[in-house]
Amino acid sequence: MAEEFEPKIVAFLCKWCSSAGSDLAGVTRMEYPSNVVPITVMCSGSVSPLYIFSAFNKGADGVLVSGCHPGDCHYIKGNFYTRRRITMVKKLLEYIGLEPQRFQMSWVSAAEGTKYTQIIKDFVKELKPLGPQTKLRRNP
Amino acid sequence: MKRTGVFICRCGINIAGTVDVEKVAKELYKHTGVVHSEDYIYMCSDPGQNLIVEAIKEKKLDSVIIACCSPTLHETTFRNAAKSAGLNPFQCEIANIREQCSWVHKDMEKATEKSIKITRSAVERVRRNESLEPISIPVTRKALVIGGGISGIQSALDLANSGFEVILVERSPSIGGHMIQLSETFPTLDCSQCILTPKMVEASKHPKINLMTYSEVQEISGYVGNFKVKILKKPTYVDPDKCTLCDECTRVCPVVVPNEFDIGLTGRRAIYIPFPQSIPATYTLDIKACPGLLPIACGKCEDVCEPNAIDFDMKPEIIEEEVGTIIAATGYDLYEKELMSEYGYGKYPDVLDGLQFERLCSASGPTMGKILRPSDHKEPKEVVFVQCVGSRDPELHCAYCSKICCMYTAKHAMLFKHHVHDGQAYIFYIDIRSGGKGYEEFVQRAVEEDGVLYLRGKVSKIFGDKGKLKVWGVDTLSGKDIEIDADMVVLAMATRPSKGAEELAKKLKIAIDKDGFLSEAHPKLRPVESVTSGMFLAGAAQAPKDIPEAVAQASGAAAKAITILSQERLYHAPTVAMVNVNLCTGCEMCVHVCPYDALSLKDGKVEVNEVLCEGCGTCSATCLRAAIQIKNLTPLQVHEMIKACLGG
Ligand code: FES
Repeated sequence: MAEEFEPKIVAFLCKWCSSAGSDLAGVTRMEYPSNVVPITVMCSGSVSPLYIFSAFNKGADGVLVSGCHPGDCHYIKGNFYTRRRITMVKKLLEYIGLEPQRFQMSWVSAAEGTKYTQIIKDFVKELKPLGPQTKLRRNP
Repeated sequence: MKRTGVFICRCGINIAGTVDVEKVAKELYKHTGVVHSEDYIYMCSDPGQNLIVEAIKEKKLDSVIIACCSPTLHETTFRNAAKSAGLNPFQCEIANIREQCSWVHKDMEKATEKSIKITRSAVERVRRNESLEPISIPVTRKALVIGGGISGIQSALDLANSGFEVILVERSPSIGGHMIQLSETFPTLDCSQCILTPKMVEASKHPKINLMTYSEVQEISGYVGNFKVKILKKPTYVDPDKCTLCDECTRVCPVVVPNEFDIGLTGRRAIYIPFPQSIPATYTLDIKACPGLLPIACGKCEDVCEPNAIDFDMKPEIIEEEVGTIIAATGYDLYEKELMSEYGYGKYPDVLDGLQFERLCSASGPTMGKILRPSDHKEPKEVVFVQCVGSRDPELHCAYCSKICCMYTAKHAMLFKHHVHDGQAYIFYIDIRSGGKGYEEFVQRAVEEDGVLYLRGKVSKIFGDKGKLKVWGVDTLSGKDIEIDADMVVLAMATRPSKGAEELAKKLKIAIDKDGFLSEAHPKLRPVESVTSGMFLAGAAQAPKDIPEAVAQASGAAAKAITILSQERLYHAPTVAMVNVNLCTGCEMCVHVCPYDALSLKDGKVEVNEVLCEGCGTCSATCLRAAIQIKNLTPLQVHEMIKACLGG
């Protein structure tokens, strides 16, 4: 049997909640698949739609944007903009014909190491049957 | 081209156990711009840091990446090390390969591969980092304390005694808060007024404290070290300097309204002094209750006032002040009793809340310290106390534990017995929470010495029956239904954030939690700070608290405020937004999304107030032309980081 497909995932994590939550997953020695490479940004509100397209364009099979829970953003309201922006990007990606599962948004607080772990596990599991993403890839 | 050095920490086996650090070092050495790459057992140790310093000097590195634990732990350590080697600290970045890699994976090959990606991504970032200098801002060495209860008074006194000017703002006519309404305090049973009034007097006489009662914070702008506040001083229509406290005015005032200080157990006039020890000691004319400030409407008080202290022409004043730091001590209120209709509050005058019972016990209260039923002024013999009314009830009321009710109910039952020796006190409870110095002993004393009967269970209904109050409940320990014919019922209502706290939080730009209390910056490590720098929390505004806890937090908040006030200048992270004026079209989209009002339009281009900017980057995600970017995390940097993350 051919080697199992391993999706490549980029995760944009806000520094104050989601990156801290992911740190907590480490501190408590949870385990999750290594497919996700994180990029810590100051706030989920700083994730431009272009970053998401850029990741797909550069060969990502999935993209995750994760921030503080709505109302808990370190910068007061950054993630409210994220929520709106992400909804729009999601619609756009679906319109283009990308499988909706490839792009996800989550709220992970600094105390939710377990939740982060679960999100990554589920994400990888969902992406595996889809195979490589070619729709937006520059050189498929 | 920059000359980057990469330092990979083994962290004993914490990293090296799952990551082939040598391979990471070897791979990174091949990466564009990397001119040095090595691993070491503990990079954060002194020899580890020396290694970095030496390499920077020897190989003339102009940027470094440390691949190690989370930046929350050692970013400062390594930036300082880089600085000591002559590098700008912002030329040092961290690649987190421990918490986000070695600790969460088991497969060595995969973890190594991921570590390489993470480290490369960090290299791509640092290669494009600018050298930055911290932004320095001057500090206004004055504090604003909002709320004149015990917490606010304590914070103000601590600050003033440390030599700083303080403005203490209280919205009601006197300082003292809820504590001044209490009769005795647990677990010592010392008189609340006796221990609070000296502090109130001290605060009012302190040369460094500017006390502003009957005043409200209207507007706040600015930032840590430099806040601008507008305070509304409501007119009291009485000149405190002329008022001799003769009390003639209240004798002629024809209006009676419920007295807030006695929570409606007594009435007061439209012109009134809240309580005898009020500070400032003066009268206030309640304009809402007064028939009108014109001699034709009434004007009786003005006629009888011999010293001419009453001034109907007094106008509201807006006072503008500049302060360096703010402490919010807005306190609590009791849960609205109207929401607990099954307990008959409002329908039966002898169903009281905890604060009303305090007033009944108080020597200065409406009954001069005699416990009498409001309905017929008779001494009650059987009194039922109900705990957790509105608390610990996520379905219908507040989910949280109000914390102070177990103890004050024990105190109430005890005080009742001290006043009415042949009486019987019953307490319905869910659990007894008596964590605190001397608290458990206090509850035991109530049971053993005063024969208070604790019944574990909830009360389902309270209703009037032949001059008595029938209390239906259940004892969950015996499983039996209980029916008590009580003369009086006291409900330990949940504590809620004080009214108006939410509105104030919006003005201060500090968050509130799901229950409406002011949110601390970190539940464990930053319990007195708000998320907005320069703003601190004290007392029950943050969560239900008893007096010693409120006082401790108030002193903690004052100490934190002093860490700002004691500096001449503050330093602010320079990783803020910057505008490329050639690309900016002045569309203003970023201006609207900025949570800090740090952006404004000047000559058709956006301008960043670097002091206000916190560097969140919401503006940069909004800009269609990448004309506004965050320093050292620009779109170009992120695109290159993405590429590295994907192995490109
Ligand atoms: S800081 Fe986490 S979403 Fe804004």
